[in-house]
Amino acid sequence: MNHSQAKELTPDQPQSSRTTAPLVEIRNLYAGYNRETILRDINLSIEENDFIGLIGPNGGGKTTLLKVILGLLTPRQGKIMVMGQPPQQGRQQIGYVPQNITYDSDFPIRVSDVVRMGRLGPNRLFKSYNPEDDTIVMERLAWVDMLDHKDNSLSELSGGQRQRVYIARALVNAPQLLLLDEPTVSVDIEARAKIYSLLHTINQNGITILLVSHDMNVISSYVKTIGCLNRTLYYHNEKKITAEMLESGYNCPVDLIAHGLPHRVLAEHERQDS
Amino acid sequence: MSDILSYSFMQNALLAGVLVSLACGVIGTLVVLKRMVFISGGVAHAAYGGVGLAFFLGFNPILGAVAFSLMASFLMGYTQRKTRQRQDTLIGVMWAIGMAIGIIFADLTPGYKADLMSYLFGSILAVTSTDLWLMLIVDMVVIGIVILFYKEFQATAFDESFARVRNLPVDLLYVILVAMIGLAVVMLMRVVGLVMIIALLTIPAAIASLFLKQMSKIMGLATGLSLVFTIGGLFLSYVLNLTSGAVIILLAGAAYLIALLVARLCRPCVE
Repeated sequence: MNHSQAKELTPDQPQSSRTTAPLVEIRNLYAGYNRETILRDINLSIEENDFIGLIGPNGGGKTTLLKVILGLLTPRQGKIMVMGQPPQQGRQQIGYVPQNITYDSDFPIRVSDVVRMGRLGPNRLFKSYNPEDDTIVMERLAWVDMLDHKDNSLSELSGGQRQRVYIARALVNAPQLLLLDEPTVSVDIEARAKIYSLLHTINQNGITILLVSHDMNVISSYVKTIGCLNRTLYYHNEKKITAEMLESGYNCPVDLIAHGLPHRVLAEHERQDS
Repeated sequence: MSDILSYSFMQNALLAGVLVSLACGVIGTLVVLKRMVFISGGVAHAAYGGVGLAFFLGFNPILGAVAFSLMASFLMGYTQRKTRQRQDTLIGVMWAIGMAIGIIFADLTPGYKADLMSYLFGSILAVTSTDLWLMLIVDMVVIGIVILFYKEFQATAFDESFARVRNLPVDLLYVILVAMIGLAVVMLMRVVGLVMIIALLTIPAAIASLFLKQMSKIMGLATGLSLVFTIGGLFLSYVLNLTSGAVIILLAGAAYLIALLVARLCRPCVE
């Protein structure tokens, strides 16, 4: 149904003719586990070509929000549409990069096998991988600069290299939207920069990105807009951490903002002790 | 030594060793990688309830074990999916209830019951040709399913939520896997007994995964190791006149400890 799915993702391809409806639309959404409600009254529209960074403390609901978008968690209340469909269908066009720490780092698997996993789906159940899969896998590995490691075992890689492998896996189906959960956890500074410039390139090629992180420092200058998620979401399509954000009841982690944040992200000190 | 091979019970035992090793290597690898060792123990012990019931009602204990282990598999698979929490408690409960049912039925069964012990501690020398056919069928089913869904099993073992996002039938695959564990358990029951099944199911795959970094290769090496342990243990037990199941397990356990040392001290040995 979506022609962009079949389209090849080459770095220099001009992007056009994609639907203009929001890729993800969330209205008055509540979600949680067991009796605890984690997300409260979330409203969010992810538009085409967005590059949104959501910060928030641990336990603030960042992973929960991604799970709701991916249809892994059913919301208590509210509306969510992904690519104009319920998440369980719409998620087929999402590339998902889970948190690094969720993996058993000793799991015996080769890099190329991890990336090929992205080609799986219900329609592939009784069919083995084919040469077309391999071509795409190698192309994506080249894209994230991990082609040299294709036959390596995943357990031999550094944190940053692994993260790039997961990004390649998320890209093998030419997704419209990329979701990343703490992409720079356990990744050194140099590798971080590499991941961010990679995400920048991906975004410039027309893939919308939503990433969440507890670490303000990682919200680099490539992110187009910033929001803050701590049980409720503060997001107004801006690239600023405003004084309002800090002083409102949203409880953005001020201590994280204090150190090492790129200056231009912070709003001018406009508060006049209210 | 070669004269013992002329006995048909010895030939059956050797064949059983080969057939069991195939299932052990393939299923054991998935059990180890998916961290389902405890659930396998639960399924194995729950199967004893079926053995007791079969004795009481007078039908083939293998069939009783198959029925109970499959039932336990589905129950555990279901509770895992539905509740997600406290699964270890539920497994422990089923583990013990299965054993208790078996013992009660044994009490209720009149007459001589020494044969029940062979299901607890194994008796590879008592394997019949019917058992061998059953093992062959289980092997074919298990290996066929794993070949058919290899990439999906690999994906769900490595990263279940990603597999779910790709809309793979993750829950169905899980139930199939637990059911295959149930079938493998019944085979292994004849060789090492219910009490020691977990060891033979997991040690070969655990050793192989220390040195190899690809699931299919681990399955192959685990099958080979399992063969060495069962056949080697069988001959050792014959020579030393000890219980075969226990000797097989001790041999495997010793190999595991050595393998741990080698993997730690010899980096180049690791793929």
